[in-house]
Amino acid sequence: MHFNWRSAHAIYRREMARAFRTAFQSILSPVLTTALYFLVFGSVIGARMEPIGGVPYGAFIIPGLLMLTLLGETTSNASFGIYMPRFTGTIYELLSAPVGVAETLAGFVGAAATKGLILAAIILGTARLFVDYEIAHPFMAAGYIMLVAASFALFGFILGIWADSFEKLGIIPMLILTPLTFLGGTFYSIRDLPAPWEAIALANPIAFLVSGLRWTFFGVSDVPIAVSLGLTLGFLGLCTLIIAVIFGTGWRLRE
Amino acid sequence: MDQAILSIRGLTKTYRGGIRALDAVDLDIRKGEIFALLGPNGAGKTTLIGAVCGLVRPSAGTIIAFGRDLARDWRSARARIGLVPQELATDMFETVWHAVAYSQGLFGKPHDRARIEEILRSLSLWDKKDAQIRALSGGMKRRVLIAKALAHEPELLFLDEPTAGVDVELRKGMWQQIAALKERGVTIILTTHYIEEAEQMADRVGIIRGGRILMVDEKHAIMERLGTTEAVIDLVAPLSALPPEIATFPVELGAGGRQLVYRGGTGENGGRAEVAQLTQALTRAGIGYASIDIHDSSLEDIFVGLLGKQVEAA
Repeated sequence: MHFNWRSAHAIYRREMARAFRTAFQSILSPVLTTALYFLVFGSVIGARMEPIGGVPYGAFIIPGLLMLTLLGETTSNASFGIYMPRFTGTIYELLSAPVGVAETLAGFVGAAATKGLILAAIILGTARLFVDYEIAHPFMAAGYIMLVAASFALFGFILGIWADSFEKLGIIPMLILTPLTFLGGTFYSIRDLPAPWEAIALANPIAFLVSGLRWTFFGVSDVPIAVSLGLTLGFLGLCTLIIAVIFGTGWRLRE
Repeated sequence: MDQAILSIRGLTKTYRGGIRALDAVDLDIRKGEIFALLGPNGAGKTTLIGAVCGLVRPSAGTIIAFGRDLARDWRSARARIGLVPQELATDMFETVWHAVAYSQGLFGKPHDRARIEEILRSLSLWDKKDAQIRALSGGMKRRVLIAKALAHEPELLFLDEPTAGVDVELRKGMWQQIAALKERGVTIILTTHYIEEAEQMADRVGIIRGGRILMVDEKHAIMERLGTTEAVIDLVAPLSALPPEIATFPVELGAGGRQLVYRGGTGENGGRAEVAQLTQALTRAGIGYASIDIHDSSLEDIFVGLLGKQVEAA
């Protein structure tokens, strides 16, 4: 299969440049929000909370808050990245270029995932200012963060192609991802929920992601890491398949 | 025919809702020519360009570019095709330099600063290379789009209404730039509302209406075949009927016999010689005239006439 590295690199560089051009919105804003969470829930309230599964509360919420930002920002970045060219008409250049689905994804999704990883690193650094923590499986944590970032960048890309208005662009991250992440065990262990809420909470796929990341951080999780990993890989595969179909049919891209 | 750089056969596009924008279009574009595609709004010009450039999925038909089927070998063909769209579609917050560099990379070319500089200088954009595109005038923005389209050195360039909304002076400057591209061997297909533009620049002209190509021919051949000369001769004294000396000419009386109106000749300036003969005949017949107003039909007259006939036929 032919892969045009220069094309992918051009898209990637442009997307990264766009992120740095809007650094306040892309980077500083989510970091500030997360810092406030750590300050309130980690330092102030967390100091009065019991450890969960042997993990101090302030540290316990780090994977959940990291996931909250990672999912929201990666999805938004990728969706905005492809939606804006559609909205402004500049997508003509991408469609007329010798560029296929692989280069497009490598450029747009790669950039969105990179931004997610940069954010994750900054958030972890910010968390260090408020709470003490050690990462039990640092390489697994890095790999898992990359996997989740790539998966939700793909998801965001689909969202950006599906959306035909700015309102629709914001609906999924704001009204679905954020609530599901909050309810997915960011601030508590799902296993501590009374029946039937525990079972209901496990119907939330984000709970598996939070649990998986928490395992890489502290070695404790609500569901086995293999299940979290399998679900994430499955989601990545599904999103890739959907994008391949979109490019194959030209849905919402080519008239 | 000469070597075809682009060959379109039976190209049809039916949009959802049943609108047929292209109806079995056949078209060959010769290497190195400037081809003007003329047609009213909604004729199918932009859809035709979109189908070749990958923006529109054809419903039927084949497009062969550089001898290769675009449906299969789209990568190699697209790398050799450039497009300047009708809309001023570009990231307004980017600088001119970055916008052109992006296009160069997107089309798989290595970053070539010298080439970008050359393009920007040729389009009088060098001084604006670090300016955000939003800060530029409309004409400059359009030139940025041309610069972006040229960044990967296309051999076939589509210009969709390149001078729309551009003032007369700048339009003429763009014509020079387009002519310079042709000199460098670039094949150019342009759509335009300005018939004058096609008349000035095109080697061949295609007229499209309702998704169908009505005519394709050399510009001079069209004017030769369909062009006419009109001469309005103001007579010193009114005539009640055409005298036999001039009755053989394609003339008729107008303005109550005070004007003699000639419509005839074929081709560019073809009727002027006959008008000269007509004036000699008038002199021989002792018919005095005060003035002569001669007008050769332009491509626009031919274009409007052709479309008018189509409407009547419909």
